[in-house]
Amino acid sequence: MSAAILKEAQSSSQASPRMDSAELGETLVEIRDLEKRFSLSGDFLEQLTFEKGRLRRKQEYVHAINGVTLDVKRGEALCVVGESGCGKSTVARTVMGLLKPSGGEVRFDGTRIDNMAPRDLLPYRRRMQMIFQNPYASLNPRMTIQQTLEEPLRFHQPTLKDGEVRDKIEEVMRSVGIDPDWGKRFAHEFSGGQRQRISIARALAVDPEFIVADEPISALDVSIQAQVLNLMMEAQEQRNLTYLFITHDLAVVEHFGTRVAVMYLGTLCELADTRSLFARPRHPYTQALMSAIPRLHDDKPNHIRLEGEVPTPVNLPSGCVFHGRCPHANQRCRTEIPRLIATDTGQVACHAVEEGRID
Amino acid sequence: MALLEVNNLDVRFAMRGGEVRALRDVSFTLERGERLGIVGESGAGKSVAAFTILNLIAKPGYIAGGEIKFDGEVLNTLKPKAMQSIRGNRISMIFQDPMMTLNPVLTIGEQMIECLKAHRRISRKDARAIALHKLNQVFIPSPEKRLDQYPHELSGGMRQRIIIAIALLLDPDIIVADEPTTALDVTIQAEIMELLLLLCEKHNVGLILITHDLGVVSQVTQRTLVMYAGRVIEQGPTREIINDAQHPYTQGLINALPQMATPGSRLNQIRGSMPTLTKIPAGCAFNPRCDFAANICLEKVPAFAHSGNCKVACHMVDAMVAGERWTPIITDANGNGATPTDSHRTEVNA
Repeated sequence: MSAAILKEAQSSSQASPRMDSAELGETLVEIRDLEKRFSLSGDFLEQLTFEKGRLRRKQEYVHAINGVTLDVKRGEALCVVGESGCGKSTVARTVMGLLKPSGGEVRFDGTRIDNMAPRDLLPYRRRMQMIFQNPYASLNPRMTIQQTLEEPLRFHQPTLKDGEVRDKIEEVMRSVGIDPDWGKRFAHEFSGGQRQRISIARALAVDPEFIVADEPISALDVSIQAQVLNLMMEAQEQRNLTYLFITHDLAVVEHFGTRVAVMYLGTLCELADTRSLFARPRHPYTQALMSAIPRLHDDKPNHIRLEGEVPTPVNLPSGCVFHGRCPHANQRCRTEIPRLIATDTGQVACHAVEEGRID
Repeated sequence: MALLEVNNLDVRFAMRGGEVRALRDVSFTLERGERLGIVGESGAGKSVAAFTILNLIAKPGYIAGGEIKFDGEVLNTLKPKAMQSIRGNRISMIFQDPMMTLNPVLTIGEQMIECLKAHRRISRKDARAIALHKLNQVFIPSPEKRLDQYPHELSGGMRQRIIIAIALLLDPDIIVADEPTTALDVTIQAEIMELLLLLCEKHNVGLILITHDLGVVSQVTQRTLVMYAGRVIEQGPTREIINDAQHPYTQGLINALPQMATPGSRLNQIRGSMPTLTKIPAGCAFNPRCDFAANICLEKVPAFAHSGNCKVACHMVDAMVAGERWTPIITDANGNGATPTDSHRTEVNA
């Protein structure tokens, strides 16, 4: 009774004209064979060891990304999912230029940006902005909100007059639902959800085209997550934004993403548009990942259990990185690295799918 | 009689700026072998509730009223020694972060044996055998080897399994699990939850599962308690709460989940955020965020109304059960009550 009335009142959500994967635009960001290694061995002297009376140099690396190729199309929300340690945040940071790739290239709107001098990169930095996971750590505690939001504007557009800066900041604050009168307050005076809105406002202040969001809602409560997701979708519609959205939450991906890239141990296993991926995951890892989502309305979860745990990215397995946990692995999987092959709905890197052993 | 009975629990923290009331009038029961979920957002008081059951509230916190009855005994007035014989023995706890719970300088075996010897007169050899048996129960590969390993040598999922093994070590009646999978990845979370469910069913152990994840609650528990700003606002069978929540907050929480919405559409959101415990609004604590709040909600704390098998602390549900007309403050032109509008976006400044 009461519930029915309430539900009706609450469900006036209007379907929005967000982009469908069928109408994808041109490529905005190209990621080609991206590789990123982090050295574990320290500097040159620390790498030297004595072994059997001889001096040897030993270097060890964490292989965070191993040859990821991805295109981000203009106007879409490309979600990258995977478990901790799969390299999804490293992809985000490398694309933004916060990390230098060890191999491969990143192109923004046709221009290669990964090897640019910092000065030349400036105009591109204005066009791409980042939202971080933890709004408690990503806002400067000594700055007022006004100062936080002014900084990127004054840096990127030094010719703007004070009045113009003020107007712009007021506009972005309003658009994220923060009262412009609160500009004199400090970050600690706001709740987590409000802080994340402020980080979004900071990203929007310079009118970017491309936003990289690294787990922007993971640190927030459920009711606040919905607020922030709605805000990001609104901003996308109004400002024609392109998102690279990093998350581990598949339910969010299903709701938010135009296309999804699934990563495992630094490699891309599957890329498809959201609807087809959720309707028919092809890669065995994607299937396992999907089966693990705790759903509200199924009493008997049919969970595909994987053997073992994610191997360390220091000594990568040979062949397919997933073979040790894959129920369909055979000899070829153990020796040969699978390439991304096109399927009817996207791309998948799996020998078993390629050979038709699994559908 | 229920195995665990919590009656009108009132927990406060004496802070410099005044008293913070972390729990108010919290009552619930747990039968033997029953699985109860406590859901809420951060600051709702769910972890304090769990800690209080085990009498783990440290100064400046204290129990200002109410009682916790376990198997006929009142726990909150027990002497520390007597409480120790229950804690870890008949009621055990699983914490959120497995790295924080395990002692990094002791081997797994050492920690398990220590726990056994604290509660039973038992030889090291027998204790080790029990420890091994429990590790087998939680499906840890090569358990013999694990006993001599240190926590840092194991992965997060493995550590949480060991925590579960330790929680089960003394065959407890109740396990209190505070966000046991929040720090873990989805695939590991699913495994750990499956394991916990399996073991609780097999050994007829009661489970109090504290989480913010409604999906987990719906898969594991039989009954659910929803908390908001230190109070229980709705409780009943999990299925009924998930399918037909009565309290506007519970509904809001469920409807805010992306899986409840059509992909790409606007999510149903609850406006504002949870009040801090020092500034709880008068009347129903949820009233500033509620679309259906009426004048009474601003003045009076709602009592539990019975609606089917659920108990709901909401004036509106109460009025509807009684068949009265309900007029919210926010009404549209036809006087039909609230509809979600742009006002959802404006955050209420507490």
